[in-house]
Amino acid sequence: MPATRLSKTAAHDHASRVFDLDAMSLRELNQALHRLTPGSNETAWEVLNPKGSHSVAVGVDQPVSIDVRGSVGYYCGGMNDGAAITVHGSAGPGVGENMMSGSITIKGDASQYAGATGRGGLLVIEGNASSRCGISMKGIDIVVHGNIGHMSAFMAQSGNLVVLGDAGDALGDSIYEARLFVRGKVNSLGADCIAKEMRTEHLELLQGLLDRAGVTGVKPAEFKRYGSARTLYNFNIDNADAY
Amino acid sequence: MTYRNPPTTPRKSATFDDYTLSEIRRAAATGIYDIRGAGAKRKLPHFDDLLVLGASISRYPLEGYRERCDTSVVLGSRHAKKPIELKIPITIAGMSFGSLSGPAKEALGRGATLSGTSTTTGDGGMTEEERGHSKTLVYQYLPSRYGMNPRDLRRADAIEVVVGQGAKPGGGGMLLGQKISDRVAEMRTLPKGIDQRSASRHPDWTGPDDLEIKILELREITDWEKPIYVKVGGARPYYDTALAVKSGADVVVVDGMQGGTAATQEVFIENVGQPTLACIRPAVQALQDLGMHRKVQLIVSGGIRNGADVAKALALGVDAVSIGTAALVALGDNDPRWEAEYNELGTTAGAYDDWHEGRDPAGITTQDPELMKRVDPIAAGRRLANYLKVMTLEAQTIARACGKNSLHNLEPEDLVALTIEAAAMAGVPLAGTNWIPGKNGF
Repeated sequence: MPATRLSKTAAHDHASRVFDLDAMSLRELNQALHRLTPGSNETAWEVLNPKGSHSVAVGVDQPVSIDVRGSVGYYCGGMNDGAAITVHGSAGPGVGENMMSGSITIKGDASQYAGATGRGGLLVIEGNASSRCGISMKGIDIVVHGNIGHMSAFMAQSGNLVVLGDAGDALGDSIYEARLFVRGKVNSLGADCIAKEMRTEHLELLQGLLDRAGVTGVKPAEFKRYGSARTLYNFNIDNADAY
Repeated sequence: MTYRNPPTTPRKSATFDDYTLSEIRRAAATGIYDIRGAGAKRKLPHFDDLLVLGASISRYPLEGYRERCDTSVVLGSRHAKKPIELKIPITIAGMSFGSLSGPAKEALGRGATLSGTSTTTGDGGMTEEERGHSKTLVYQYLPSRYGMNPRDLRRADAIEVVVGQGAKPGGGGMLLGQKISDRVAEMRTLPKGIDQRSASRHPDWTGPDDLEIKILELREITDWEKPIYVKVGGARPYYDTALAVKSGADVVVVDGMQGGTAATQEVFIENVGQPTLACIRPAVQALQDLGMHRKVQLIVSGGIRNGADVAKALALGVDAVSIGTAALVALGDNDPRWEAEYNELGTTAGAYDDWHEGRDPAGITTQDPELMKRVDPIAAGRRLANYLKVMTLEAQTIARACGKNSLHNLEPEDLVALTIEAAAMAGVPLAGTNWIPGKNGF
């Protein structure tokens, strides 16, 4: 492939495959990633000049590392299943949507719906996340170093959302069994979302999440836990005002 | 003997008819709106209001049983590397595992495969039963994303992005707790026994510009191999079709208000959306205006029952139709053999629509292990295949009578309407006249 080259990069001490989106198409990048098979030697990838491209490194299903040098558009790392993706910039809407496993780290900020419907893996946003972070999450772990916007964890089914900063309005509206940990202020809670007791098991769980996300100098005891009051689990006409 | 004035015959109100009165009493007693399955039951302008002209001096017919009348259709040729080729232009619509039992889903797959057509997953993910028994399987991409994963996406033959459905354009789904078995709960990542509200909007896109980017993502994940359908409820068929095409769809699916649902509010089913007949011409017009008719395929569903409906829909310009309710009936839904049990549920065979309650005597819309044994997937699949064969033969009979060697050569000029309403909706002349309401200034 003419525009790819092997090079030593700062990110890796071994050869990584460099893919320049100025010279090659998005389709070529994703297809090259999809052609990877278990045990491939091409375990380190670097993507240059993303320039806000949508769907960068989507549907990867091998445990490779992918460093994206710059900001990306919609759905970066969508349906990721095993790759460790790092975006050295900010991410547009739906980063890591429906992730199955692996990890995605955003060095900058993330737009709406970060980690939407994610089923597994770890999404770390080192900046802030916009509205609807963790919407409909189904098992993913999300750690946001900064703040998150309104309607985050809407209809969140399973998994953990950790926020070191503040949360916007209507956090956890219509939440199911996902756990929310917020260190700062919560503007307001959504329907059926309540503050819950932080028990030892939750402190341990949270410490593990902070460790995995590389967060230091922050103690689990500084967080409050939020989750479902479970009053809307079965329809009752007397709850109609809650909807 | 005292004289009595002659009494009038007791008269019931047309406005407050028996059904309306019963609904008021039911609402007053329960305080909750009525939820049910199936599509609109009210009388609507439909394909019965159209007639096919047949041959005459100017059009000569093809010989039945002798001269070929092609029924095949290719879906998804616009962008997909691997378009779908079907032997008949009648597909099986999306119905969820969860709403339907495992054996019922398997039977749909078997029947569709025997007939050379496709079946579709639903709001509950892909099961092994249906993947294993469906040669061609369309994987729905729904707002809830229950059971959504890239592995199933890749082993699907096409992807259908569901924006809405005819029974409830703008509404989400509802699976009540009693139908949530361990298996259904696991597939949907939710606790057993709780009501599952399927979202009405997708969680990670809104509007046509986002949809275009979402479709790009799905194409990138599947290496541009799979046809991508966009399904909309019959709300604004002209603009929805145009926007789906703009967003990059290979196939547009328009579902009219007779299209069924597993469960939603009665008031929604009967009052929101448009009849199937009213949706077809605007959708075809949108494709024609964009120069995309026959390039982006159009599938229409909602109340398709027989080969005449198929022929009339194709004559109006659609590429294929889809059936849901009719397919369930072919499997055994609402069969009079279970009349005694329907009576125990306060209904009668042919009217049973409490599909959300999970007590279906026919074993189709249930997760009850005993009830679902009543569906033999092999025999029920055979019945569906028989029914699809009859529909196809009927449509061919009509097409040959119009001198067409392919079902897709049927055209609006082969049709007239029996009512002014149907003439206006279908854009064909009122029978016995050359009047198309709304055309040429009239």
